[in-house]
Amino acid sequence: MFMDAVVSLRFDMQHCIETKDLVRVFKGSGKSVVKALDKVSVTIEEGEIFGLLGPNGAGKTTFIKILSTLLLPTSGEAYVKGFSVVKEPNKVRKIINLVSGGETPGYGILSVRENLWFFSQLYGLSSSAANGKIKQLMAELDFEEYAKTRMNKLSSGYKQRLNLARGLINDPHILFLDEPTLGLDVLTAKNLRNYMVKWAKQERKGTALLTTHYMAEADEMCDRVAIIDRGRILACDSPQTLKENLAKNPSAKLEISSVNVNFDFLKTMQGVIGFTETRNIQTGTTALKVIARNESIFSEIVSKMSQENAKVLSVSKTEPTLEDVYISLVGRGFEEAEAAGS
Amino acid sequence: MIEDLVSNIRVAYARLWVRVKGGNREPHWIFTEVTVPVLTLSAYVYLYKMLSAPAEFAGFVVIGGTMMAFWSNVLWNMSAQFYWEKETGTLQMYLVAPISRMAILLGMALGGIVNTALRAAAILAVGIYVFQVPIFLRDPVVALLIFVLTIVALYALGMLFASLFLMYGREAWHTASLLQEPVHFLSGFYFPVRYLPFLIQLVASAIPITFGLDGIRRVIISGETAADVLPHVAALVVFIAFLMPLAKLALGYMENLGKKEGRLTLRWQ
Repeated sequence: MFMDAVVSLRFDMQHCIETKDLVRVFKGSGKSVVKALDKVSVTIEEGEIFGLLGPNGAGKTTFIKILSTLLLPTSGEAYVKGFSVVKEPNKVRKIINLVSGGETPGYGILSVRENLWFFSQLYGLSSSAANGKIKQLMAELDFEEYAKTRMNKLSSGYKQRLNLARGLINDPHILFLDEPTLGLDVLTAKNLRNYMVKWAKQERKGTALLTTHYMAEADEMCDRVAIIDRGRILACDSPQTLKENLAKNPSAKLEISSVNVNFDFLKTMQGVIGFTETRNIQTGTTALKVIARNESIFSEIVSKMSQENAKVLSVSKTEPTLEDVYISLVGRGFEEAEAAGS
Repeated sequence: MIEDLVSNIRVAYARLWVRVKGGNREPHWIFTEVTVPVLTLSAYVYLYKMLSAPAEFAGFVVIGGTMMAFWSNVLWNMSAQFYWEKETGTLQMYLVAPISRMAILLGMALGGIVNTALRAAAILAVGIYVFQVPIFLRDPVVALLIFVLTIVALYALGMLFASLFLMYGREAWHTASLLQEPVHFLSGFYFPVRYLPFLIQLVASAIPITFGLDGIRRVIISGETAADVLPHVAALVVFIAFLMPLAKLALGYMENLGKKEGRLTLRWQ
C-alpha cells in the first residue's frame, strides 16, 4: 500500500504540470453561476511547449491563473513540479513566471533597465546577477538601445519585449504565456514567437504553457495542443496528429457572391461536421469553410446556393488546420463561438 | 528562513528605490509637493492671526501640516497604490512572486517617508523661519520617539487599508476618500483635539495619529517632558502591537478571499 503511494507520487512528479478534474466556478449575474473550467485533467512534460487553444471565454486564462497561484480552484487538484498550487503556493512561485499579452506591468516613469532591475529583486537576484541577466535579455530580445527609455515612451511591441524579458528574469522552470502576442504587429509577434520557441524548445531551458486564440501561433510553437471550449478539453495531441486525425474528413472553402445568405441549413444537413463563415462587406462575398464526412456534401451545398440565388464563385479543397480541428469538434469557428458566448 | 528574510529585504529596498526614484524624477512634482501644503498651512496661520488666537496655534498648524503629509502618504501612496498596481497588472506580478506582501508595503512606506520628509521639512522650515512659531523643545529624544512610533502605527494602519484595496479596488478608494476629511478633523491636524467635546475626543482616540500629533505638539510647542507624554507613548505602542499583526492577518485573509472569489486580478471593478 505504502509502496503504491510512493510509486504513484513518483509518477506524478515526472510531470511538470498536472491537473486532475480541475473545476472553477464563478458567480454570474443574480444567482447564476459560470463554469469556467469543467473537470480539466492535463499533464505537461518537462521542456514541452503546451498550447491551450480556444476562443475568448473558453477558460484559458482561468486555467493559467490557477496554475500561477492567482486563483483557487473550486474543486480538483493542480500541481506544478509536484507542488500543490493550493497548499504550497510559495514553492510554486519560486519556479514560475507569467507573461500576459496586452498589458505591461511596471512603472511608466522608470526606464526599461530600471523596471527589469526592480522585477529581478522580486526573485532575490543580487544586483550584479540582475544586471548581467538584464543585459543578456535585452540583447537577445533586441531592444538594448531602449535600455534608458522610460517605459511609458515605448511602443506596444517594445513594451511586450520588456514584458517577456521580465517574465524570464528569474530563469523560470515554467513560463506561463497568456496570449503573449495579443495586439502586436505581425513582425513583432513572429520575432517574439521565435524567441519563445528558442528559449523552451531549442535550448530546453524550460517548459511553457501558452494560451492563445491564434491558430497559427499554436501550430507553429506548440509540441502539444489542447483544444478548450466552455471550460472543457475537447482534444489534446500534437498539432500534426490533431490535423492528421481530421484528414479523413474533407474540408473545402467556398467563395459565395453574397453576404446575405443564411447558412443555418448547414447545422442540420446530414454529413456536415462543422462550418465557419466570414462575410466581406467590401467585396460582397462570403468565405464559407465546411468540414464534411464526404466530398459529395460540397456539391449539395453548391446546389443549395443556387436555390438561394447566390453564386458559388470558387470551391477549393483545403489542407486541415487547427481551426478545422476546432470546427470539427465544436461545429463552429472561434468567431461564432465568441459571439455565442457573449 | 534567512534566505527568505534576505530576499524580502531586497524586495523592500527595491520598492523603496522605485518610490524615491519615481517620485523625484519630475522636478515639477517636487515643487508641487512642497508648495501646495505650504499654501494650506499659510492660510490657517493667517486665519489664526486674524482671530487673534494664541501664538502657539500657529505652531499647532505647522506640526499638524507636517504630520498630515505623512498621513496623506500612507493613505494615497501606500494603501491606494495597490489599486493602481492592480489596474496596470503590476500587482499580479507581486502575487506570482515568492515574496511577502508586507515587504512590498514596507518598501512603499519607507520610500514614501523619504519623499514625504522633503515636504514635511519644507513645512517645518516655513513655520519656524517665516511664521516664527514658538518652539519650546526640551526633550528632542522624546519628540523623535513619538514621531517614530506615530509613523510606525500609521503605516501599520496603511497596511491594513492596503488589504482592502487588494480585494475591493475602486470601492476601497471611495472609502478612503470618505475617511480623509473626518480623520483630518478628528485627529486635530489644524487645532488641538482637547478643544473638541469629550465624546468626539473619545471617537478621535481610535485614530493613532491623534495621540501622535498631540504628543509631538506637547513636546515641541508646549515644552512638556517624557513623563507628561507617557500615556501618548503607551497608546501608540498599543496601536502598533494591535495593528501590525492585524494588518498581516488581513493581507493574508483578503488575498485568500480574492483568490477564492476571483477578484484579486479583476480590473475596473
